[in-house]
Amino acid sequence: MPLITYRQAVNDALAEELTRDENVIILGEEVAEYDGAYKVTEGLLSKFGSKRVIDTPISEAAFIGLGIGASFLGIRPVMELMFWSFCYVAYDQVVNNAANVRYMSGGLMNCPIVIRGPANGGTSVGATHSHTPEGQLANFPGLKVVCPATAYDAKGLMKSAIRDPDPVYVMENTLLYGEEWEVPEEEYVIPLGLADIKRSGTDVTIVAHGRAALTAVKAAEILSTEHDIEAEVVDLRSIRPLDEETVLESVRKTNRAVIVEENKPFCGVGAQLAYTIQAKAFDHLDAPVKRVSALDAPQIYSMPLEKQQIPDAQRVLKAVLEVC
Amino acid sequence: MVESSSLSPSIHRHEYNVSKKSNAPPEFLKTVVDQADTESGQDPVNAGLTAENKINLFRTMIRIRRFEERTLRIYQQGKIGGFLHLYIGQEAIATGTTSLMGSDDHVITAYRDHGHALAVGMSMNECMAELQGKHTGCSKGKGGSMHYFAPDKNYWGGHGIVGGQTPLGAGIAFALKYRGKKGCCMAFMGDGAVNQGVFLETLNLASLWDLPIIFIIENNGYSMGTSLNRSSKGLPLAKRANGFDMKWETVNGHSVYDVRAKTASAIRHAHEENRPTLLEMSTYRYRGHSMSDNEKYRDKDEVERYKQTSDPINLFRDRLIREGVFDEATAKDIDKAAREEAETAVRFADESPFPPSGDIFSDVYYESDHPEERASKGRLFFND
Repeated sequence: MPLITYRQAVNDALAEELTRDENVIILGEEVAEYDGAYKVTEGLLSKFGSKRVIDTPISEAAFIGLGIGASFLGIRPVMELMFWSFCYVAYDQVVNNAANVRYMSGGLMNCPIVIRGPANGGTSVGATHSHTPEGQLANFPGLKVVCPATAYDAKGLMKSAIRDPDPVYVMENTLLYGEEWEVPEEEYVIPLGLADIKRSGTDVTIVAHGRAALTAVKAAEILSTEHDIEAEVVDLRSIRPLDEETVLESVRKTNRAVIVEENKPFCGVGAQLAYTIQAKAFDHLDAPVKRVSALDAPQIYSMPLEKQQIPDAQRVLKAVLEVC
Repeated sequence: MVESSSLSPSIHRHEYNVSKKSNAPPEFLKTVVDQADTESGQDPVNAGLTAENKINLFRTMIRIRRFEERTLRIYQQGKIGGFLHLYIGQEAIATGTTSLMGSDDHVITAYRDHGHALAVGMSMNECMAELQGKHTGCSKGKGGSMHYFAPDKNYWGGHGIVGGQTPLGAGIAFALKYRGKKGCCMAFMGDGAVNQGVFLETLNLASLWDLPIIFIIENNGYSMGTSLNRSSKGLPLAKRANGFDMKWETVNGHSVYDVRAKTASAIRHAHEENRPTLLEMSTYRYRGHSMSDNEKYRDKDEVERYKQTSDPINLFRDRLIREGVFDEATAKDIDKAAREEAETAVRFADESPFPPSGDIFSDVYYESDHPEERASKGRLFFND
């Protein structure tokens, strides 16, 4: 199986879906002539032309609203936010119009859009550019949110997102764009809402999503070699819909749960999961559920401190050792 | 169409005198509307109207008025929750503009949406039932007054956030152009929407990308309780289009003929050149912004003056009588039928059931409503 980058995997998914369905279009700042601020859409303009791959002005509220309106008539816009941190200038479109229009019309209308882009800290770009809004967006019924951690997941989930009849928000990660994974050449899709066990284990369940799932795997390897603890890493991949069953099944097996995320803790994804685990696997728990989140402050600029702010393998390790 | 920054001759003094102390003389207002009617009556789009066409325009306007007057009564009886933004006084705009729609022309509007809904052919029954939150409502009781939708009639709502519908309208126009359709989208808003950032962003995109859209500002003089003079600088509002190299025009929104003539021109511009237009239509709402409005921001005299001198329905009725299209008795019959239709709609709404409680969870996701087509896995709802 060839090794390709996360960036290439997303690019391939977009190209394949542009080829498959002429209703699919790409909209965003610098996505066409500039080849994408992070080069995710590189080459798509020359391959598919300016009718399908469209540069927008820096005008998120208008172009995302435009994509939503176009989707009412069956266009399937895939809109790039250069950073998910910019969704707030378009928030009325992102959480009011996209999430509610099907409901408020009694099912007469649909909004088959994708909004995608990076949502991560860890790049020393300061608080305004380091938001991870998957938890808050998943709070809106009507929206779907996915956070792929690998190139394989990114491609399969992106293709499903584009074919999905509901609005799907895909959170990528700039720190992962250049990383390589094995990705099959033949076509595949990954259903939204299906978690992936990134590492099997018997002693503790570590639940994570996005880059935190990779951090969890690193911690699990150290736990195995240095502490004789076999951790099972459940990568959610999708926040909403949520594969609750895979999480619960693992916890019922290991009797311990640690939740890792690069989100801030308050009302984060981990808060929802901790609730679910205590409600549905209470009798199986041998220890309290632990959370490891980004440290609860605006994202700091200073590079060494930001590394401390985002969960690393050592913090995960420490949390696991507290419950094992 | 106006392309320079000079004021169009159809901008009238009274349109910018709407403030706490308006002093436009009553006869002046009437003369202005009459003049607009007479001038625009010559436009081919109006000159070609049959008597039946004209009577239908009158009927649509009076149906909107009688429907809304009836909603006011059921609101006072406590049958309508939340807000009720009435369109009374503005009927010529929704009626005139939508009367020009072809099969690929579309409409989107804000929360003062009852008039547009009835004008595109939605029934009083489904609209009245929606207000009462009934299962038979146009949105199955899930949208309410501000959120009417009828995609089968090219009517895309009914949107509650000021200005938030304007990029959606641009998206509809984008889709039409993408598909090679000769159509356009008419995106309505109030004068309060013009200071929302998203509206200005959308003007830019529409002009930049040559979208077939007509932005229609229904300028009733007040953004909620704040008069135009206290909320916007740079009049006429439509002049803002200049900044985006977009054509603009001011329209007498009390004159259904003027509304039709200027809109028809904008539709041609959209259909033939894929270019947007910004129309500002002067109008006046007789009722408050919504229901809990003590209207301290304007004098009762001002409202009365508009009612007496420039009511779009009365003026059009008088004109049609003068034109010999119908007589007063026929006008009264049409009015009576509209009142009866509204009465019937109230009975329909009263007798309709509320949605079953399971409906809280339908229409959230297409996938959860169509489990047989569902591709995703996992939980979509989190109630336990």
